[in-house]
Amino acid sequence: MRAPWRWLRRNLVVVAGLATLGYLTLPNAVVLLFSFNDPDGRFNYTWQRFSTDAWTDPCGVADLCGSLGLSLRIALWATLGATVLGTMTAFALARHRFRARTAVNSLIFLPMAMPEIVMAASLATLFLNMGVRFGFWTILIAHIMFCLSFVITAVKARVLSMDPRLEQAARDLYASPPQTFLRVTLPIAAPGIAAGALLSFALSFDDFIITNFNAGSTVTFPMYVWGSAQRGTPVQINVIGTAMFLVAVGCVLAARVAGGRRTRNKARRSSRRRS
Amino acid sequence: MTESFGGDVRLTGISKTYGAFTAVHPLQLDIPAGSFFALLGASGCGKTTTLRMIAGLEEPTTGTVSLAGRDVTALPAHKRPVNTVFQNYALFPHLDIYENVAFGLRRRGIRSVKQRVGDMLDLVQLGDHARRRPHQLSGGQQQRVALARALVNRPQVLLLDEPLGALDLKLRRRMQLELKRIQTEVGITFVHVTHDQEEVMTMADTVAVMNGGCVEQLGAPADLYENPGTVFVADFLGTSNLIAAEVAEVVESAGLVEVAEHVEADRSSRAGGDLVLTAAGGAKLTLPAARCRASARTGRKVLAGVRPEKISLAHAADAAAIPAGRNRLTGRIADSSFTGVSTQYVIDSPAAAGLVVYEQNIERNTRLRPGAEVVLHWNPAHTFGLDADQAREAKAEAARRSGPSGAGN
Repeated sequence: MRAPWRWLRRNLVVVAGLATLGYLTLPNAVVLLFSFNDPDGRFNYTWQRFSTDAWTDPCGVADLCGSLGLSLRIALWATLGATVLGTMTAFALARHRFRARTAVNSLIFLPMAMPEIVMAASLATLFLNMGVRFGFWTILIAHIMFCLSFVITAVKARVLSMDPRLEQAARDLYASPPQTFLRVTLPIAAPGIAAGALLSFALSFDDFIITNFNAGSTVTFPMYVWGSAQRGTPVQINVIGTAMFLVAVGCVLAARVAGGRRTRNKARRSSRRRS
Repeated sequence: MTESFGGDVRLTGISKTYGAFTAVHPLQLDIPAGSFFALLGASGCGKTTTLRMIAGLEEPTTGTVSLAGRDVTALPAHKRPVNTVFQNYALFPHLDIYENVAFGLRRRGIRSVKQRVGDMLDLVQLGDHARRRPHQLSGGQQQRVALARALVNRPQVLLLDEPLGALDLKLRRRMQLELKRIQTEVGITFVHVTHDQEEVMTMADTVAVMNGGCVEQLGAPADLYENPGTVFVADFLGTSNLIAAEVAEVVESAGLVEVAEHVEADRSSRAGGDLVLTAAGGAKLTLPAARCRASARTGRKVLAGVRPEKISLAHAADAAAIPAGRNRLTGRIADSSFTGVSTQYVIDSPAAAGLVVYEQNIERNTRLRPGAEVVLHWNPAHTFGLDADQAREAKAEAARRSGPSGAGN
């Protein structure tokens, strides 16, 4: 009678952890399952029968892969632009005292704090008044803008926590200012920059609201999914969704394995030395 | 390692001000090539700022820095032939130990660094830790990496900014000897900044004691200890008993010749006669005139100083056994603490309260307990005299300066 309770009490953390994991991955599991469905109508909402048709022909639906390619392209450029600009801004804010520093510091948080729809509408108004044609460039500019604040926040935290003596030590050891930046400052700030870049890519790739307002007739992947959901959902959407999920999980696992091997090698080396 | 001998460092009228705050007053320092020089002072006294000006990490407000006869004031840090061991070491966390040590060589475009880095890691006994990251090492090991990273470049001058401050006591003692050994071995000029007077005593050839952005006194550690020139130096280097007194008369030397413990004390005790001082409570003390920093005029206020280990203690009942010609003060033991090697007594005397006496624990006198009436006596030649007026001025000056507190120590 008491035994199950005792078991539960001892393993509560594991049970709770597994339950949370299940809760988080259940939607992904459903997407995965329905990527092997062979629906009867236009909507892929009820299970009919197993089929690998969609997996063998992921671009079988008109414009799907085109919109995917566009989204990837925008995400890459937005990540690049936001990371470069954001890193420079973060260094300026962390290292230098200038007139509008406080103002800039609080403006940085605006894109994160403001409702996305408000920003989307005001951006559209701005572009419209300036007579800019909507399309790839307006989307890119909008994406860089909202990604910027995330990069700045991530990099600034890293730069502020850096010991200024490290750069002084580099200068003391014959490194010129550019060498100091490349050899010491940048490598130490790299984790912050990488975090900002990853965040930018994810945010840009799946952004819908701001993109929808500023895209004109251009269709990105999230817009495609949204559009098709009104007329019918091709199984290929599930295929691409699943593939992206698996790529992301694969990246995380690879990083884990690489990190684990490095520490294990270190442990092996030091134990060999000890023996 | 013998190919590079250290260069001398010459600071001429160098000063540093941050706005209204003066971190370093114009100062003049000549550090001979190949010596172990220490800048000693409390935090905020300007010693680190001085060091950073030599390194080129801080631009002097006035004055010039020259290394081995060359004016380097205008040279940026990365072009100066000096290297620094930073406080908390500042090892590059993203590089392993080998690359940390190789950093300076690589920046100067030296191709074959393997031999030199290997030799240097062996010198600091870290040869088999080359591929570890700094955070995997203990504090003492990190300290040695920082030293190796600087020394591998064979600088003309090595600057050390409180390099032992983060280590525990035992390790610090060991590293003191280690540093001294390495300095003797490589023959590079070492400029060492510290607030630890014991570190200075064991390692330095010459010490500059800094206070409030000025050098108070400069000399060999033993000389500074035996002949402190100011109240600050007397208190900062070890412990001093300072007794306020007045010059009662100036007499011809009365035969204080048996003192031969220190040449300096001996020499000065023979020349220039003695001063007889009266302290509060009517005590009479003898002070060699040559060891008095104030002018030897009758009626002049002085501070008579004596180190705690120079004083002997006798119970009041045994006062008759004290040889003649020694300085004596009566008092009562206020406190005693046993420290193993010695016992420290705090004694309240009519002449001065809170006199400190260290007695070696050879034969412990059980009558010397708190509350006991005692006589303190010491050889008059061990007395030093400081100018009481100047001490008061210095105190006022220090209070004025500490108002706007400012940049780093």
